[in-house]
Amino acid sequence: MRPLELRDVAFTYTGSSNKALDGVSLDIEKGEFVTLLGANGSGKSTICLLCNGLIPHATSGRLEGSAKVFGLEVANHTVSEFATRVGIVFQEPESQLFCMSVEEEVAFGPENLAVPREELRERVEWALELVGLKGYNARSPFSLSGGEKQRVAIAAALSMRPDMLVLDEPAYALDPLGRKELYSVLGELRRKHGVTVLLAERDAEDVASFSDRVALVSKGRIVEIAPPRSALRDPDRLRMLGVRPPQVSEIASRLNARVGSQKYSFLTVEEAEETIVRDVIGRGNAGR
Amino acid sequence: MIPSPSASQEKIVSLRNLRFSYEGGVEALRDLNLDIRKGEYIAIVGGNGSGKTTLAKCMNGLLRPSGGSVHVKGTDARKMTVPELAKVVGYAFQNPDHQLFCSTVDEEVRFGPRNLGYSESDAARKAERAIEAMNLKELRQKPPLSLRLGERRRVSIASVMAMDPEVLLLDEPTTGLDMEESEMLMKKLHALNSEGRTVVLITHDMRLVSEHAKRVVMMSEGRIMLDSDPRGAFSDLELLRRCKLEPPAVTRLAHALRNKGVPYDVISPEELVFHLVRGEVK
Repeated sequence: MRPLELRDVAFTYTGSSNKALDGVSLDIEKGEFVTLLGANGSGKSTICLLCNGLIPHATSGRLEGSAKVFGLEVANHTVSEFATRVGIVFQEPESQLFCMSVEEEVAFGPENLAVPREELRERVEWALELVGLKGYNARSPFSLSGGEKQRVAIAAALSMRPDMLVLDEPAYALDPLGRKELYSVLGELRRKHGVTVLLAERDAEDVASFSDRVALVSKGRIVEIAPPRSALRDPDRLRMLGVRPPQVSEIASRLNARVGSQKYSFLTVEEAEETIVRDVIGRGNAGR
Repeated sequence: MIPSPSASQEKIVSLRNLRFSYEGGVEALRDLNLDIRKGEYIAIVGGNGSGKTTLAKCMNGLLRPSGGSVHVKGTDARKMTVPELAKVVGYAFQNPDHQLFCSTVDEEVRFGPRNLGYSESDAARKAERAIEAMNLKELRQKPPLSLRLGERRRVSIASVMAMDPEVLLLDEPTTGLDMEESEMLMKKLHALNSEGRTVVLITHDMRLVSEHAKRVVMMSEGRIMLDSDPRGAFSDLELLRRCKLEPPAVTRLAHALRNKGVPYDVISPEELVFHLVRGEVK
């Protein structure tokens, strides 16, 4: 069963006259890493909240179309039915952390499911190791850096052993290295543990290196969903959608303008380096 | 120390041997010296927990230093009242919610100038300008705390702008803003800086720094590790890493192409492509 299957979904928040989602269809396959990329107010968070039923159950509004999570129509099932299948992490880790120690925080979810003590301990150790916080058990979550807090929030979601992890701009308050660490943790989860990941992001930089597909979201619609090479290729288009393009896309597009073709597209700095050394520098210069 | 070309020699904020320890003994600032001159455009950068916010709060009197001194326009900050300080150094919090409390956006933005003793009509005029600058006209009757993060952030910045401080000290002002909101803010700050207003940004966004700041102050563990222009700031990768920072992708690429003749202090895609195509690269 697919982790997520949206068919023509529309959602209007109570009191709003605009549709936050307006005809969204999206399938996510098991083990896929899909990134929703869009400006503020484009509908990314609304899609995230649908994934564990917080929409429509905890947020009032009108839901149309069909939204299935692991085959269950969200409108007909409670949030708790999705709790063991979908882990959700929000922008601000503080809004999610409340325990006195990292261990209690990470154990809280499965403890509530009456997971036996021995397994509980295993899950906590497993989740902490995955997010790179092994040995942090006794620390207070509030004494940690922003990046560490966010990783505790992810570990707390992981200890439920969810089949899908949904993250709404988890790196927004992190320093550049914290952001990098977080994203490499997410990449590992998907590569080594087959966790399905749905990530909402506003910043296109680095998204290419870990996403299987990127969905460009604008005004409540998915305007394109494609592998990053195609979705992130055109900087002008990204700008039009209110998304700051990755710098490597800007570089590729400027080189393309020079050579009058579409031959260059870079996903990462490493790829750009390799191609430039081989093609641009190796053969004289672009445009000659 | 590299004062911006447009900056004058007048020191607005002067920090000498500044120290600050939080209760429980965590040393957030260690013997820090910094001069901010009128008209500068400075980015203060560093990892989470490097002391940036503590530094900012010492500059406008929200925190009392444990040692050393803060002088604001030549006067010891300890001898200045909170409104006196607020007229010079306007601080927008990292978390806008720490600052918002009124029942409408209008009230919120008007609060600052009112509190500084401006007449009702002056306060309204100043608030109006700030509301326009931050594109908040349509939200003016809404309760600030009901808005989404990017909007709350714009309200908090508008409330500071409305007080017309000589130094705009903005803590992570683009966090939560999308590209359009962020470009709007940067344009406004650029215009204010061109008119001689001093701008100090605390930020994690290195592209923003490379595109806008004229001077970069890099912090780690409560100390200033580097004080330079953006080109200089992004040239020492090892130091950046120690400060939990990473230069923008284009600078990383330039570093990688260094032994091919690309200058490693490139800070924009235009510049990089220029070097690649003009034939000097070997």
